[in-house]
Amino acid sequence: MQTSHCHTPLNNYRMGLLSVFCVCLFFSSAFAVDRGNFKTCDQSSFCKRQRALKPGQSPYRALLETLELSDSRLTLQLINDNNKVHLLLELYRLQGNMTRVKINELKPLKPRFEVPDVLIAEPPTEPLSVLSKDDNGIVLSLGAESQRLIVSARPFRLDIMEGPEVLLSLNSRGLLAFEHLHLRKDTQAQPDGAEVKESVDGDQQQDEVEKDEDGEGDKEQDGLWEETFKSHTDTKPNGPTSISLDFSLPGVEHVYGIPEHADDLKLKTTDGGDPYRLYNLDVFQYELYNPMALYGSIPVMLAHNTQRTMGIFWLNAAETWVDISSNTAGKTVFGKMLDFVQGSSEKPQTDIRWISESGIIDVFIMLGPKPSDVFSQYASLTGTQSFPPLASLGYHQCRWNYNDQEDVKSVDQGFDQHDIPYDFIWLDIEHADGKRYFTWDPHKFSQPKEMLQGLMDKRRKMVAIVDPHIKVDSGYKIHSEITSKDFYVKNKDGRNYEGWCWPGNSGYPDFTIPEMRAWWASMFAYDQYEGSMENLFTWNDMNEPSVFNGPEVTMHKDALHGKWEHREIHNIYGLYVQMATAEGQIQRSGGVERPFVLTRAFFAGSQRFGAVWTGDNAAEWGHLKISIPMCLSLGLVGVSFCGADIGGFFKNPSTELLVRWYQTGAYQPFFRAHAHLDTTRREPWLFGPENTALIREVIRQRYALLPYWYQLFFQAYRTGMPVMRPLWVDYPKDTVTFTIDDEFLIGSDLLVHPITEEGSRGVTAYLPGAGEVWYDVHTFQKHNGAQNLYIPVTLSSIPVFQRGGSIIPRKDRVRRSSACMENDPYTLYVALSPKKFARGKLYIDDGHSFNYDTKKEFIHRSLTFANNALTSSNLCPDCNFLTSSWIEKVLILGASKPSKVVLKMDGKETPVDFEFDSSMSVLTLRKPGMNAGDDWTLLLQ
Amino acid sequence: MLHLGTPVEIQRPRGVPLTKKQFYVENKPFTCLDGSRTISFDRVNDDYCDCKDGSDEPGTAACPNGSFHCTNAGYRPMFIPSSRINDGICDCCDTTDEYNSGAKCENTCKELGRKEREVLQKMAEITKEGFLLKQHLIEEAKKGQQEKQSKVTDMQGNKKQLDEKVEVLRTVKETAEQPEKEAKERHLKAWEEQKAAIRLEKDKAKMAEAFLELDDNADGFVSVSELQSHAELDADADGTLTETEAQGLMGGAEQVDTSTFESVWPNIKDKYHSEVMETPPDEVKEPVVDNDSEPYPEDDISEEEDEEDEDDYHEDDDKVSCGCVQAPPTIKTPEKNHEDEEAMPSYDADTQALIDAAQKARDDFEEAEKALREMDDQIRNIEKELSFDFGPDAEFTYLYSQCYELTTGEYIYRLCPFNRVSQKPKYGGSETNLGTWGSWSGPENNKYLLMKYDHGTGCWQGPNRSTTVKLTCGKETVVTSTSEPSRCEYLIEFTTPAVCQEPANTDLSPHDHEEL
Repeated sequence: MQTSHCHTPLNNYRMGLLSVFCVCLFFSSAFAVDRGNFKTCDQSSFCKRQRALKPGQSPYRALLETLELSDSRLTLQLINDNNKVHLLLELYRLQGNMTRVKINELKPLKPRFEVPDVLIAEPPTEPLSVLSKDDNGIVLSLGAESQRLIVSARPFRLDIMEGPEVLLSLNSRGLLAFEHLHLRKDTQAQPDGAEVKESVDGDQQQDEVEKDEDGEGDKEQDGLWEETFKSHTDTKPNGPTSISLDFSLPGVEHVYGIPEHADDLKLKTTDGGDPYRLYNLDVFQYELYNPMALYGSIPVMLAHNTQRTMGIFWLNAAETWVDISSNTAGKTVFGKMLDFVQGSSEKPQTDIRWISESGIIDVFIMLGPKPSDVFSQYASLTGTQSFPPLASLGYHQCRWNYNDQEDVKSVDQGFDQHDIPYDFIWLDIEHADGKRYFTWDPHKFSQPKEMLQGLMDKRRKMVAIVDPHIKVDSGYKIHSEITSKDFYVKNKDGRNYEGWCWPGNSGYPDFTIPEMRAWWASMFAYDQYEGSMENLFTWNDMNEPSVFNGPEVTMHKDALHGKWEHREIHNIYGLYVQMATAEGQIQRSGGVERPFVLTRAFFAGSQRFGAVWTGDNAAEWGHLKISIPMCLSLGLVGVSFCGADIGGFFKNPSTELLVRWYQTGAYQPFFRAHAHLDTTRREPWLFGPENTALIREVIRQRYALLPYWYQLFFQAYRTGMPVMRPLWVDYPKDTVTFTIDDEFLIGSDLLVHPITEEGSRGVTAYLPGAGEVWYDVHTFQKHNGAQNLYIPVTLSSIPVFQRGGSIIPRKDRVRRSSACMENDPYTLYVALSPKKFARGKLYIDDGHSFNYDTKKEFIHRSLTFANNALTSSNLCPDCNFLTSSWIEKVLILGASKPSKVVLKMDGKETPVDFEFDSSMSVLTLRKPGMNAGDDWTLLLQ
Repeated sequence: MLHLGTPVEIQRPRGVPLTKKQFYVENKPFTCLDGSRTISFDRVNDDYCDCKDGSDEPGTAACPNGSFHCTNAGYRPMFIPSSRINDGICDCCDTTDEYNSGAKCENTCKELGRKEREVLQKMAEITKEGFLLKQHLIEEAKKGQQEKQSKVTDMQGNKKQLDEKVEVLRTVKETAEQPEKEAKERHLKAWEEQKAAIRLEKDKAKMAEAFLELDDNADGFVSVSELQSHAELDADADGTLTETEAQGLMGGAEQVDTSTFESVWPNIKDKYHSEVMETPPDEVKEPVVDNDSEPYPEDDISEEEDEEDEDDYHEDDDKVSCGCVQAPPTIKTPEKNHEDEEAMPSYDADTQALIDAAQKARDDFEEAEKALREMDDQIRNIEKELSFDFGPDAEFTYLYSQCYELTTGEYIYRLCPFNRVSQKPKYGGSETNLGTWGSWSGPENNKYLLMKYDHGTGCWQGPNRSTTVKLTCGKETVVTSTSEPSRCEYLIEFTTPAVCQEPANTDLSPHDHEEL
């Protein structure tokens, strides 16, 4: 919705509040972000101050005599020789090859904010031991491997080494900077004169300048105690509190992550431009390929080279900027070769610098070494992707707005008339009574239960939007209860914070309060949320939070969440909204049913609560293309359940773009079409029979593959492995893959190269893996790996390949919703490797409850093809689940013709009919018929 | 089929329609209906798809492209996609699609059949009556069309006469206007001369007055110094009138007597201020008065306004601004311009007679011309109406220049066929144009089922509003529903007898069947 919300907050706001003149302005700047609404680094005073510091010698010194080492924790004081302020460094060795570095003021004037509720638990530690210590520093052993952590005293820096190699250094460029809390000078005398400087403490180079300014006090320096952007003034009662730290990554040329940005997968260097910004914002009509902040923030960066993958998790929820520079960035391939030939090459290195407005430095260094290790390391800290209900992996039909119950009904019927499956139909903000969430428009949706029952009769579901802004209206139950419980965010003066959003004047519940979240969750109970039923799920939009008349369309930083300023918690607000909503959905079923909640804003840990989409995109080819790197980046940092609005939210897509977008979206995790209120209708059957057929076909492909998607989500839930992933995750030594973001893998076994160019007649897909083979899933034609394959395409083409060596279970009997397919039989697609081997997994449960977890009610089977035998064996012998699904067919790609095929089961052997297509080497086993949960072997003789 | 007594059990594989029964012969090899292959009969409906066309699995969900036939005794037989067999949702009213899913379906065919018959019956009645009405409409339209056609013909004849009349009157008018013009010019000229003489007199009087005023010492001469007391005569605008400047004005003389002053006067009269300070006539007064030359009778207008004001006073309380009250239309005696004390004298009798004659000729001419224009308009309107496509039998003619309204929760929708569609908020607010008549836009075989109205008021960041009107057969001409399926694209459902088709004697009713 909206908001777009998913919608068009600004334009509606302007429409509503301002004059026609503004509307005219809008036309002139249609479909491009109004950059002036959002800060550049220069306009964000702490970023400007911090960025003014240049690399050099750090003023920080480690006071080795203060070293304390308990079993798993090392503490050490640091001193800034310029201002004599002491910091406390804490080092932890965490289980699973991670190091945690915390730096805070030793004696802050008052406590500095540390982000709660992101880590799933206090990370378990491992013993640290001192290997050596002298005046220059300390060498610590990091566990059993040859990894060491070196603390250098003067200047202070940290180096993590493995053998002779430096993996990563901290403060090697001297950019550790900590604006310590202090009293304001121009209003408060400082008799002891302890304050030497007001600006960033680490800035030794600007010392002189600083001193000159000293006499004039804080007031003279811009933005220290007050900052104004456009018409909004941020009172900063705590003054400057920003922090910064640099990381150097020798041998690294590729870094990824830190979503959300509409940019390439491989992060770019930020020299000469703005840093990547992390600050959850409702950006109207966002632009592509720039580092501007978007709706969500995950401060996690991955570094990768052929030897190792590492991660840096900067746990801070305040506004954050990330600078990236590289010593090879400017060099052409030729220049690099020249370096190599001449032997003059310095080692490539990437330097990172994190800058946050407030809080403490709390960094988790994930040392890999494999990509999968980094994923499980990060998952061990913040949790894994929640395991979604199976239906939510189906197709979602959304629009701002389906007008009324009649409209919902006719769209539902439209899907049946055109024989297109779908699982969820969505209602945007217009469904509620005057945007009072948890209510229904009395005219348009007067009988919500009747509507929901109608969908339930078709085994389908609905999502209704619930945004966190609450209409200020004493007659509105939600508002009056929040008011009486005093659960609203406060403004700096302690009164309820109010801002403008869809309903007009709105309050913002303080989701940081656990009691508030518990109350919010209780509002989803069937007897509280009138008109709701078990097939109604939720969408949280506008949870950055979006405040139409706030600074940068969000909340004032000096608003208060209890004793903490909004400044401290901004980036985690959206996570809390989704957390409380998901909890509500769990509770309404007594903890039995899995929730489904979509969110627009997110933070590290949001993966535990549901799905994410990329916000208000536009019906443009560029936006289709960018959906790939945007979801890939999210997948790398834990959020697997990602999708983009199919068709593009703003504007009307051409038919070709719409078809291509369906073809792309069907192979991305969250598969939802959505459209702006002002667009023309675009249900799949509105573009002529040919296009309806194309869209029907690709949605059916999605449904046939649901068993594979479901199994991958189970794996993601268990291990943290991303579902949709860049090629380099599975081919970490193949440098060609490092920058590919126009194709991707689903799990390890499907490679997709969507068509994202208008009028495309062919694409070149890279098939990775020397010595491997890939099978075209439509034709079964076999292609060799490690090649660029040119594929001629028509409008019906979707280049998808199955990896030789894999087994993918499908349900080829596509029905009108996923629930209708529950008991249907499976077809196994066995794609043989050149060594005639293949392996895969099959996961089955009831599709919607937590019984897989609480009662171990699931089937998890390993499928292996080796030595001409396909075997199903139990991966969870103590699990119990009964299915009526059976194996109706087995396709073996790359097979040779057997003389006989025999099914071995329960000690009996029965012959199985088969057909062999020699042109494509496809062996089809006809109706072997065993139950999908059984042990069996199929022998090719 | 509906009137078959007891259903006869016909043995055929599940999901096969009677018409295809012959292809499924028990215990004989089955050939896929597309001929692609032949399989043993035990593979028919064995829940595995062998035929590419899905024909071997008419009764299971095994084939992605298969279809299942339900007999639906008591209602209509139908095909459903195979994917709806045993999917837990009851699709066939005879429940045969859910034979193995556990779904609890009830046989609703009889009920559905009954309802459908009722609906069909009702529809048939409506169609029948509607079709009769349509015949009337067609007759009337034809009649109307003929009438209009002949009216146009008549009018075109009349128009010719009128044309001639206008030409005659134009000549009469021009003939009368020539002497009128000349007489008026004469009259004007005489008055101009008279005015000039008067002006000269006045100037002379003013000059004499000025001389007396200037001649402070009353010696019969105006001297340089006496002139200098009038600083406003300063030529270089430096605020003082120097001696040289004054002398210059006096033509170099030290002093002048009354007769010489005549040559000085033109130099100073424009700037000269009398010491008596009489108010310059141009600058003051008459802020209100409009000029008196407007030809319309002011009295009439103000009377009318007065009346209206009184009538409307109570209704329009708020609207009557204080401005109106403070500026009553009573000020209508225009102050005459001082300079031209005298208005132009009225025309002499001869001239007036010429004017009156010319005026009459003008009036006659204009009247005739107006009548001609009106006739042209009428002809054009009728021709425009005749040019519309009112359907193959002109059955839609009666909708022309009519409007039909429907009031919904928020809006009043107004459909004026062949003209425009609009929407007006129920509780005040301006009307929005939802489109003006575009064209018939139904399917090729019957374009008269849909009307398209487009180019309505533009939508913000969107297209111009447009409306599709869907016509269905009904006894009455009514807007039955309105909706906005897509942003700014409206749909109006409209019933009219004009689209009622001749009731076909189909097998809908068993009675008909028996009669045959």
